[in-house]
Amino acid sequence: MSPSATGSDATLGGARFGDRLFKALLTLTALAVPVLLAFLVLELWSGSREAIAKFGLGFLTSSEWDPVEGLFGALPLIFGTVVSSALALLIAVPLSLGVAIFLTEFAPMRIRGPVSFLIELLAAIPSVVYGLWGIFVMIPFLRATLFPFLKDTLGFLPFFQGPIYGPGMLSAAIILAIMVMPYIMSVSREVLLAVPNTQREAALALGATRWEALTGAVLPYARSGIIGAGILGLGRALGETMAVTMVIGNRHEIAASLFAPGYTMAAAIANEFAEAVENIHLSALSYVALTLFVVTVLINAAARLLIWRVAQGGGGKSA
Amino acid sequence: MVALMGLAVVLAVLPLLLILGTLIAKGASSLNLAFFTKMPVPAGETGGGVLHAIAGTLMIVGAACLIGLPLGIGGGIYCAEYPGSKLSTLTRFVSDVLNGTPSIVVGVFAWTWIVASQKHFSALAGSVALAMLMIPMVTRTTEEMIKLVPHSLREAALALGYSRWRTSLAVVVRTTLPGIVTGSLLAVARVAGETAPLLFTALGSQYLSFNLDQPMAALPLVVFTYATGPYEEWHQLAWATALVLILVVLVLSIAARLATRRKFSQNG
Repeated sequence: MSPSATGSDATLGGARFGDRLFKALLTLTALAVPVLLAFLVLELWSGSREAIAKFGLGFLTSSEWDPVEGLFGALPLIFGTVVSSALALLIAVPLSLGVAIFLTEFAPMRIRGPVSFLIELLAAIPSVVYGLWGIFVMIPFLRATLFPFLKDTLGFLPFFQGPIYGPGMLSAAIILAIMVMPYIMSVSREVLLAVPNTQREAALALGATRWEALTGAVLPYARSGIIGAGILGLGRALGETMAVTMVIGNRHEIAASLFAPGYTMAAAIANEFAEAVENIHLSALSYVALTLFVVTVLINAAARLLIWRVAQGGGGKSA
Repeated sequence: MVALMGLAVVLAVLPLLLILGTLIAKGASSLNLAFFTKMPVPAGETGGGVLHAIAGTLMIVGAACLIGLPLGIGGGIYCAEYPGSKLSTLTRFVSDVLNGTPSIVVGVFAWTWIVASQKHFSALAGSVALAMLMIPMVTRTTEEMIKLVPHSLREAALALGYSRWRTSLAVVVRTTLPGIVTGSLLAVARVAGETAPLLFTALGSQYLSFNLDQPMAALPLVVFTYATGPYEEWHQLAWATALVLILVVLVLSIAARLATRRKFSQNG
């Protein structure tokens, strides 16, 4: 530090003024974040007021979607969002947990870094690129292999009946699973790394194998954090838009078959918002956005709480 | 069981390799000088480029940075410098909430706020939506980075008679500058690939435009339009555009990660 730099602040009054100005500027920028959120809620609310007034909460349980008649109900969208995300988690959670456990407990040191780096790169790929790949590579592949196989072996279940289109609920779930896996993987890895080593050592000292130490001592300790990681992935999956729009088939219908096309809340907004002309149509889509926002906020808050509990070390009343 | 986990690793890394492989296989052949310097041709004709979208992405993301980075970095510095205050607790919490908000919802917000009141689509509305996505990310990473600065450094500066704001800017922020740059680069990489918030704000366009008040093309929008369109030539262009987009995004994120890694290995 040059002496002149300290000299310029020698007068106390000048320093105080500088400090005050600095704090005032920073306070303004920090205020911007909550103000923006309040603004977002306000705008979504004012955008959906017309639809809320007309349809009320019945909007969420009606399956009518007729822009010409001005009748709107979001049930098929909510159904599609929940089913595609739940299926995606069903695929992604075991896979990412396996990878996270392998990377923290079993893998040789020198492959840990590169593998987690590669998987985190998956999180950097834009959604629209997943969609492009989904349309032209994944769907033709699934239509030729996995889908007929499921239909032949599990066709007695209502989920795997009916014509195979290609784009549909199961395709959306699979692409979502690929997309949320990096998030779940990296959070569960952090949670597992946060488990104190004494936990492992104590189990090993009692004569447990590495596998027993993992299932008996490490996983119970990390349990709530891992659930949190899953819920965080769920939050991602619920709001994912472009890739889902491109592979789900976009039809306002509730079908039992996973091969059938469906729709999600985010996809409906993406497809219809720019083309909607009637105010009530726009308002209904805004209502969908508001619902989606509220759901993701609740889900993320729950996830943060669970992860935070492990980080605080209070996560593991052992099982 | 360990073998099963090894299988999980393979299954997890496979999509990345498959996606990158297909992008290169299908997109690289269309990449030539014309692709970067020409405008699109009418549907059905071959050739043409995506100059309009490259310019559009630069303009939209650039404007988003101008709005989002000062606010995000400032908010992050505030949270780190006054950690106990009510405002920083609130800002931290709200940033986490906004980080989990679907980008399409932010798009609806920008539409209601700007497009609906101006009564026309504009690139600026898209920039605002992207900035809104950047601010919480940058706020959180900036705070995390500043918290890594040892307290002794701050105390040394204060003991030398530095005023608080000079200590913050010239010592603390300067020490963490690489970290702040990393956080900002990651945020830029993420929003550069965002499509959903631009769908009904920047809207897309077939023309080269530098007017932020008008609709504008962007690389992700071009990928979406061309991929879902009916023409084989369009699909070709979609692959090539996606390859360019992903190169931009991956280069930004790898550069960002390498920057922090170097910093950590120096410290440790």
